[in-house]
Amino acid sequence: MSNTPVSRARTASSTRRPPSLDSILRSALVGLFVILMLVFILGPLLWLGVRAFAGSWTFPNLLPDDWTLRWWQVVFNDGALSIAVQNSLFFAPLTVLVSAVICLPAAYAFARFDFPGRRLFLISLFATNAFPKMGLFVTLAALFYALNLMNSVLGILVVHVLGTVVFMTWIPAAAFAAVPRNLEEAARDAGASKLRVFASVTLPMALPGIIVAAVMSFLASFDEAQGTYLVGAPDFMTMPTQMYSLVLNYPTQVAAVFSILLAIPSVALMLAAHKHILGGQLAEGFQIK
Amino acid sequence: MTLHEPVTEPSASTTSTGTAASGGGLTIRGLHKILGGRTIIDNLDLSVKEGELVSLLGPSGCGKTTTLRMIAGFLQPDEGSIEVEGQEVSHLGAENRPSAMVFQNYALWPHMTVAKNVGFPLKLRKMSKTEIKDRVEAVLELVSLLHHKDSKPARISGGEQQRVALARALVQEPKLLLLDEPLSNLDAKLRVKVREDIRRIQQELGITTVIVTHDQEEAMSMSDRIAVMNAGRIEQYSTPEALYARPETEFVATFIGSMNRLEGSFVDGLITSGPDILGIRPEDVILADAPFAGAVPATVERVVPRGHFQEVYVRRGDTQLRSFVSGELVQAGQQTYAGVRKAMTFRDGRLVAEAGAAL
Repeated sequence: MSNTPVSRARTASSTRRPPSLDSILRSALVGLFVILMLVFILGPLLWLGVRAFAGSWTFPNLLPDDWTLRWWQVVFNDGALSIAVQNSLFFAPLTVLVSAVICLPAAYAFARFDFPGRRLFLISLFATNAFPKMGLFVTLAALFYALNLMNSVLGILVVHVLGTVVFMTWIPAAAFAAVPRNLEEAARDAGASKLRVFASVTLPMALPGIIVAAVMSFLASFDEAQGTYLVGAPDFMTMPTQMYSLVLNYPTQVAAVFSILLAIPSVALMLAAHKHILGGQLAEGFQIK
Repeated sequence: MTLHEPVTEPSASTTSTGTAASGGGLTIRGLHKILGGRTIIDNLDLSVKEGELVSLLGPSGCGKTTTLRMIAGFLQPDEGSIEVEGQEVSHLGAENRPSAMVFQNYALWPHMTVAKNVGFPLKLRKMSKTEIKDRVEAVLELVSLLHHKDSKPARISGGEQQRVALARALVQEPKLLLLDEPLSNLDAKLRVKVREDIRRIQQELGITTVIVTHDQEEAMSMSDRIAVMNAGRIEQYSTPEALYARPETEFVATFIGSMNRLEGSFVDGLITSGPDILGIRPEDVILADAPFAGAVPATVERVVPRGHFQEVYVRRGDTQLRSFVSGELVQAGQQTYAGVRKAMTFRDGRLVAEAGAAL
């Protein structure tokens, strides 16, 4: 290999040398890889974006034959579709809220108390994710028929919350556990009650983890289709379940429009979370020993 | 603004036994704690006078931190009473005790600025914003950190974090200041400076203080009195001078300073065989070129230069002694005369005799 002489030369006479063949080849390969990845990731999205504004688009052409906003009108004028949007925007935040109320105390308990069966409970939370979802939902449906929860808001909410339990417990539990005990003790020593210690020290320090869990739960609920379809259709259609009928019953352009609508909350949440968690002061909370 | 009325000068009395302080200070009686089936604190008594700085000194695992945590209220004693300024506190939670603690790793809240950290205890006491601001600035001035009041703890140095932690404790105007290994996370140079800062501020405010440390130098240089702890008990509670000059037990003698430990007896300035343990401070081993009263011929075995003095190992037969020598240089292999100026005799771990040779 010619590797050794090259690197030796580089250390000897610093940077003034012209770039060697080796490094040109390397950057070319990296560039090619990046372009391929961009095509692979952004290509379908680009196609989707163009598709949503396309009138007709026939095979050999790279661009649509004509452009139109018709499909957006179709979506916004179709009552069923806007109801689906409303349903999704109703269930997702509610799911996060209910999930937080149920799971955050559990997460705190897992992080701070040692009780019998702690590990078993913690592991068993994965049970919902360990089995094929459809199998779980079918048994759930049988139970829901008995309890009269089919086609009900509560039934759908149960399905959605089930899907978020793992995120909402494990991530905040890790976040709570990462808060050093003596930071809480210092607050007790300063005169804070247990509740105040939680509100002023534990919670703010665990907040980045909790926000991540909330974002993931929101997206999980927003994307949940199988269980919602089984339990809620046709009375309660959300955006993902509506997608099924769209793909079957409408031209592909409408599905494209709908996909973009479905992606907006996810992208917006990701950007917001990125800005607040990575850029904000919350990140500093993790730097201290 | 003064944080505290200056209290009477910390007493310079050299009583070596801890008599109960009247009125102020801290009084611990019959403290007992069992953790995980092991007795950590065994019937411990301690009294700290008002305005006094006392160190709990001992090897790791001796129970000094456990004792401090019980005083602070993070641990519940199994038995015993803890009184601060005559008021029983052992039934109170940490938040209701008149003590403030500085933690070993400072325990500053990373999501709050320095000023917010220091102001938090006052906020909990429902003080007005302007009063909090005034007090926080006064105490930050005291620890010379006013310029950092809007910094986050992660942005300032270890020594500065340490002073913020101290300020956060002082701002509460506690009746009792507790410091858990306050200097152990600082580098050697800074340690000396911060230790002097802590002592100065403690003297200025006349605040009753208990420091936990495993570093004897730290304890000796800061404390009015030192409680040497071993296996959950206080071995000796005296002034630093008394602790060094007259250790009551073999443990204290070996733990404080360095010591030659020999089996034997000390008779007429000579070491003879015997059943007891002898403790001889290296500075009490005298070396000379010419014979003198009580001296015996010996060989210099090893010389370790220690800067302003030499550490010299001399041997005669089976007996090796370590001596600190300053002045003229000694060479290894050289013949010399060694005499012992003073030796402590321990029987069953306790000091039974202290004898000096006629020099």
